[in-house]
Amino acid sequence: MLDQTEGYTTEDGRKIGGVVMEMRNITLRFGGVEAIKDISFDIREGEIRAIIGPNGAGKSSMLNVISGFYVPQEGQVFYKGAPRPPMKPYQVAQQGIARTFQNIALFEGMSVLDNVMTGRLTHMKTGLFSQSFWLGKAEKEETENREVAEKIIDFLEIQAIRKTPVSRLPYGLKKRVELARALAAEPSLLLLDEPMAGMNVEEKEDMSRFILDVNDEFGTTIALIEHDMGVVMDLSDRVVVMDYGKKIGDGTPSEVRGNQAVIDAYLGVAHD
Amino acid sequence: MPEQLAFTIEVFLNGLMAGVLYALVALGFVLIYKASGIFNFAQGVMALFAAMTLYGIMNGQVPFAHLINAIFGTEIHYFGWNVPALAAILLTIGVMILLAWMVQRFIFRYLVGQEPIILFMATIGLAYFLEGVGDLMWGSDIKTLDVGLPQGINETIDETTFGWFGYGFFIDNLDIVASIVAIILVAALVMFAQYTKQGRAMRAVADDHQAALSVGVSLNFIWILVWSLAGFVALVAGIMWGAKSGVQFSLSLIALKALPVLMLGGFTSIPGAIVGGLIIGVGEKLFEFLIGAPYLGGATENWFAYMLALLFLVFRPQGLFGEKIIERV
Ligand SMILES: Nc1ncnc2c1ncn2[C@@H]1O[C@H](COP(=O)(O)OP(=O)(O)OP(=O)(O)O)[C@@H](O)[C@H]1O
Ligand SMILES: [Mg+2]
Repeated sequence: MLDQTEGYTTEDGRKIGGVVMEMRNITLRFGGVEAIKDISFDIREGEIRAIIGPNGAGKSSMLNVISGFYVPQEGQVFYKGAPRPPMKPYQVAQQGIARTFQNIALFEGMSVLDNVMTGRLTHMKTGLFSQSFWLGKAEKEETENREVAEKIIDFLEIQAIRKTPVSRLPYGLKKRVELARALAAEPSLLLLDEPMAGMNVEEKEDMSRFILDVNDEFGTTIALIEHDMGVVMDLSDRVVVMDYGKKIGDGTPSEVRGNQAVIDAYLGVAHD
Repeated sequence: MPEQLAFTIEVFLNGLMAGVLYALVALGFVLIYKASGIFNFAQGVMALFAAMTLYGIMNGQVPFAHLINAIFGTEIHYFGWNVPALAAILLTIGVMILLAWMVQRFIFRYLVGQEPIILFMATIGLAYFLEGVGDLMWGSDIKTLDVGLPQGINETIDETTFGWFGYGFFIDNLDIVASIVAIILVAALVMFAQYTKQGRAMRAVADDHQAALSVGVSLNFIWILVWSLAGFVALVAGIMWGAKSGVQFSLSLIALKALPVLMLGGFTSIPGAIVGGLIIGVGEKLFEFLIGAPYLGGATENWFAYMLALLFLVFRPQGLFGEKIIERV
């Protein structure tokens, strides 16, 4: 069993730390629809945590609760050990939680580099006044932020398009730019909503490699939603399975794959 | 006929100067519209209100004096001091920032996600409210605003052009100053948007609200910021217009002239607002001079801008620089 404080060691020998994010008894309703029903789970430092489930299971809703876009009616979110009061999405972002969206939300009118630079906004400290007059401190800060952005652009191999307006990019590259922007925030928790949806096999392989590299090189904790079971099995350390707003499984990929409820959900066995 | 040419050039230059003012007002519209999708009908009244406030502060007027006197039976009107122009301008900027905060806090906070037409109606309400409050605070008499800008014919230009054409151009010093101030203002705004944290955040909000939130930008803060900037631009326009034609109700009507400017320039383009303003300014003056006065009985300046805007609506509805309008089916 998992230890609350000490973590565990993965099959491939990586050390996973304590709980970063804990969702406790979360219930989320839209009018009469219960999108999330009394779900609890945690995300641990350094791990890749997958959330899977059929269409409409409530996966994106869960990610939206974590990132503050949705406010649950019941339950409590714990971040870094402390209960988190209800927060606006921008406040969650300022706490070091970055995300991407299922339907890509990029700044279409900006270049790739400018998009990635907006990911640095939470790290820009210098005030309105000194920035307006471009004093030394602001300039130094700008240079540092630019360096981080360029490093991430190199890392994700998008140097060639760094000055291209995002609106001109194909879908697969847009997904990658969105990841770059999220990474630029140097988040302590990275949330990815279907990072590989709509990609071809080759693009999926690239994206999988990037996700693993990010986790490996920066030690970033990642929670991701993915439909492709093969990808999930390859990438993730632990998996939460949702169906009709309920949690029906939680464990390592092999544990989850053997779970009868999960098999039923994916084969579409009738609910009672 | 060199004389005719000289006249035309003079009219052209004067048109440019008038256009600068239109551009300034249009700029205020674009700032707010880009960031929040609100078409701010109150932009013109904001210019009037800013100019009235500046005048009131400079002359040591007691705000709401009329109201206070009516309630308490007193007879106070002035504090008895004068505030130097620069200090008064800074104080007025403070008032416009406070106004921006109140507009966001008491109106648009409750209208997030509403239809554009509802947001627009709210700004109509705001326009009338602000007009009333302005009158109540500072009185509705016509005021001559003088912040010490140079006025009158520019002698150098007069003499130089006389040497060239045998006819001296009449260019008002005030118009020259207005143009320089407008250029500096626009350059500063562009620098601000490009290179500062808040400017970057502002562009982010203008592009995509959801994405902006996800990178840690508070929409509320940015909306207060753009209303403040629009208030500041309104103040500048108010000072220029007030120095030219006095601070009075007609000042708020320059907003109506900004409308055709926006249709030309596009509602989301800052360069568009500037170029559109200049085209309308020059266009209406030249049209009046070359065609209107000789053939149409004059007074074409009243409608020329709207006719041009109509043509644009028919043939290029997104304006000169606006993003292409694509209907999503
Ligand atoms: N903003 C919203 N307003 C109303 N209902 C919503 C909203 N967001 C989600 N829902 C509903 O909540 C349920 C779960 O939706 P959600 O998007 O979380 O599913 P999902 O697991 O991400 O599905 P998919 O795999 O298709 O992305 C659905 O019934 C959906 O219609
Ligand atoms: Mg989803």
